[in-house]
Amino acid sequence: MDNNLLKEELIRISGAKPVKCMSCGKCSATCPAYEQMEYHPHQFVNMIANGDIEPLLNSKSIYKCLTCFACVDRCPRGVEPAKLVEAVRLVSVRKQGNNHLTANDIPQLLDEEIPQQALVSAFRKYTK
Amino acid sequence: MQRIGVFVCWCGSNIAGTVDVKAVAEALKNEPGVVYSANYQYMCSQAGQNMIIEAVKEHKLTGIVVCSCSPRMHEATFRKTAEAAGLNPYMVEIANIREQCSWVHKDMATGTEKAIILGKAAVAKVNLNAPLTPGESPVTKRALVIGGGIAGIQTALDIAEAGFPVDIVEKNPTIGGKMAQLDKTFPTLDCAACILTPKMVDVAQHEKIRIFSYSEVEDVTGFVGNFDVKIKKRARFVKEDVCTGCGACVEKCPMKKIPNEFNLGMNNRTAIYIPFAQAVPKVATIDANACNMIKNGKCGICSKVCTAGAIDYTQKDEIISEKYGAIVVATGFNPISMDKFDEFAYNQSKDVITSLEFERLTNAAGPTAGKLLRPSDLEHPHTIVFVQCVGSRCASCAEKGKEYCSKICCMYTAKHAMLTRDKYPDTEVYVFYIDVRTPGKNFDEFYRRAVEEYGVKYIKGMVGKVSPEGKKLKVQASDLLNNKQIKIDADLVVLAAAIEPDKSARPLATKLTASMDTNDFFTEAHPKLRPVESPTAGVFLSGACQGPKDIPETVSQASAAAAKVIGLLVKDKLKGNPCVARSNELMCNGCSSCERVCPYGAITYEDKEFRMPDRTTKVRRIAKVNPAVCQGCGACTVACPSGAMDLQGFANNQIMAEVDAICK
Amino acid sequence: MQVEEYKPLIVAFCCNWCSYAGADLAGNNRLNYPADVKIIRVPCSCRVNPMFILRAFQRGADGVILCGCHPGDCHYTSGNYYTRRRMALLFSMLDYLGIERERTRVEWVSAAEGAKFAATMNDFAQKVASLGKNKRLEDLRCKK
Repeated sequence: MDNNLLKEELIRISGAKPVKCMSCGKCSATCPAYEQMEYHPHQFVNMIANGDIEPLLNSKSIYKCLTCFACVDRCPRGVEPAKLVEAVRLVSVRKQGNNHLTANDIPQLLDEEIPQQALVSAFRKYTK
Repeated sequence: MQRIGVFVCWCGSNIAGTVDVKAVAEALKNEPGVVYSANYQYMCSQAGQNMIIEAVKEHKLTGIVVCSCSPRMHEATFRKTAEAAGLNPYMVEIANIREQCSWVHKDMATGTEKAIILGKAAVAKVNLNAPLTPGESPVTKRALVIGGGIAGIQTALDIAEAGFPVDIVEKNPTIGGKMAQLDKTFPTLDCAACILTPKMVDVAQHEKIRIFSYSEVEDVTGFVGNFDVKIKKRARFVKEDVCTGCGACVEKCPMKKIPNEFNLGMNNRTAIYIPFAQAVPKVATIDANACNMIKNGKCGICSKVCTAGAIDYTQKDEIISEKYGAIVVATGFNPISMDKFDEFAYNQSKDVITSLEFERLTNAAGPTAGKLLRPSDLEHPHTIVFVQCVGSRCASCAEKGKEYCSKICCMYTAKHAMLTRDKYPDTEVYVFYIDVRTPGKNFDEFYRRAVEEYGVKYIKGMVGKVSPEGKKLKVQASDLLNNKQIKIDADLVVLAAAIEPDKSARPLATKLTASMDTNDFFTEAHPKLRPVESPTAGVFLSGACQGPKDIPETVSQASAAAAKVIGLLVKDKLKGNPCVARSNELMCNGCSSCERVCPYGAITYEDKEFRMPDRTTKVRRIAKVNPAVCQGCGACTVACPSGAMDLQGFANNQIMAEVDAICK
Repeated sequence: MQVEEYKPLIVAFCCNWCSYAGADLAGNNRLNYPADVKIIRVPCSCRVNPMFILRAFQRGADGVILCGCHPGDCHYTSGNYYTRRRMALLFSMLDYLGIERERTRVEWVSAAEGAKFAATMNDFAQKVASLGKNKRLEDLRCKK
């Protein structure tokens, strides 16, 4: 996907507003998973705002975010970095699985071992 | 019927180039009411004006239409001409056939046609003009300054120096405000007390200045030049004129555990107290909420030790009424509450303090006598972390922080960091910043000195979390330039809290009908060209009540406000604008619609007796416009459902006549 | 037969502090706009009574435009906010009566925006001209 389209898509999915960022770095200062991340919350905001999204999609950082929302809570500008990280994760996941899980696929996946909850949430996630 | 003279100006070729001025003069001759019409090369010249004066006399004109340049240019000129000819100056109307006709159109025929229509509209309006006389009101030659900080002090001194009496109303027991609490002042590092207290003494000794300390403004009525103000002087249970300020009562008072507001609660004071040694007026005050004698009738030690006999436990609040010509608002600012910023652990640790508390900690008259000691264990801190923009530039949550930049924090933090490194070179000082903003004379040089000469470590980034662990404060922050998250074990954390207008400002604005912005800062009449006046006539703004300001800016604005006040008070009478709203009392039904839209509070209501056709009388509520307060915007005329409200000079029928003339 | 070129009649109400000065500036800069626009000076845009606008249409105006200071810049602090609300109501009512939306407009023009004033008037006059003569509210008794 074109970088600008991807950026629009990320902003749409997340509902976050990267343009409001004033580069204070409070999100990264507050992040408990900072050391594990290759790209840090403030970089997510900045790189998405600049359309530099490819490195984020291929980075393990998107799975290191704990989604604790500390950055969302502390951000003085209401940018909501965690939601952006989650949006990147979502885009990446959709890409890998070629996006979709249809209702017809479900019976094959049914297994005594898999909790119902997992199926329901997978269905929810991969049909959007 | 009016006898109208029409004067068409050529303006050299400016008008005559695209408008056939003779044809215009000729066409307007036949308009109703017009008895004379002429054209001339330069109507605004002396010769042109003389021509008008002579025509008025010769043809007994009652109204004048000048077809010329914009009324913004020469309306005043021609009004003076009319006055010289013995006419009421408001019997003149201008048809703008230069800026809005000859200069925008290229074709002679169109230009002429439009000029004629504009002329007809002006004639139609003059036909309905009535002579107007500007109202005059006397000016009370006394000013009120609300707030006794450096802004109020400077304004009061400047006004008093010009010879006008000034009263200062201060809600605290002493004047001095925030500046009295500061240690040193940037960028020259003079001590605040050394430059402020002489000014406080000047105020106290000035024969033209009265100080109402421990007082508040209770009520304001009236208008520019004639404000009636009620001041509530709260009972301080000490006779101000008797107390010598010796402090014997303070020493002996048994109630010693009351948090000291002046030191921001970092130490205690007694129930009877003098805020600080240089207080003005230097008079003791009894805190009624803490005094055992006032609460329970048991104690009375202070009255026993007072040799002057100044203590009076029966004192009551007192209301003082006074008249003023001008009011200056100088209510100042406060740091915002840190309660909502849990991440900085302000409420969990005594060693997380605000910058104003840091000022008190380093002040020689402060709780530690000027030694920098951590509040929790009174030990010398070795690592200090300063956090900038706490609550400033915070757009996400209005109840937590403020959207604006507080302006002074960058500079005072640089000052704190520099002074700390200067006095205690063994201390590590970190400053976390988002941007360093130093626009001011010698400001950036000052900040660079803190970095280059004093070795203050400036880190671009923000502190995310402060957690107390044992005797240390674990500070977790980001270093954006090195793309690192850093952890510092600090002994003291200083938060540069955002500043907000004093809480008393909002109710005061309502009393003054002065407007405020969403942040409760007073708005100025014009952001660039009238920065020290409120849109409400006679109310002026001084200092941080109008926006965040440092001391040099506050003092300049204070003096500017004083200059404006003096300019008002030297006048014996104020001439108003006669183009104000007027209510027709026979049509008014007292619905209050006009009062609600009036931005100036110029409309009041009164009950008036009317004689009815059957010889009975009836009392009706009717609107009354105060012409001295009304600025003539006309909002009320449209809001009025019964059509009782009209604007003089731009009356309904006049504008209607213009519409008709244009749409013929 | 000669067809006379149709010229719309446009009444512009301009507030004294911003828009009237903006119109003056347009003149100072010799920026052209149609002579069909006739300006009436009012102290503030909030002085314009809906009656004036109805009267203009009744008398055969083809378009009415109201110009005031930018929101927040009103000389009288809040006048243009009243205008904005009043005119929103009036214009939707006029629309209901058959006076097309393009015939009415509120525009904010500051004293520094001479170019904007001229551009606005050009655009407005052209739109009104394309709509043709306004007959909806015209009172024929007014035409003697």
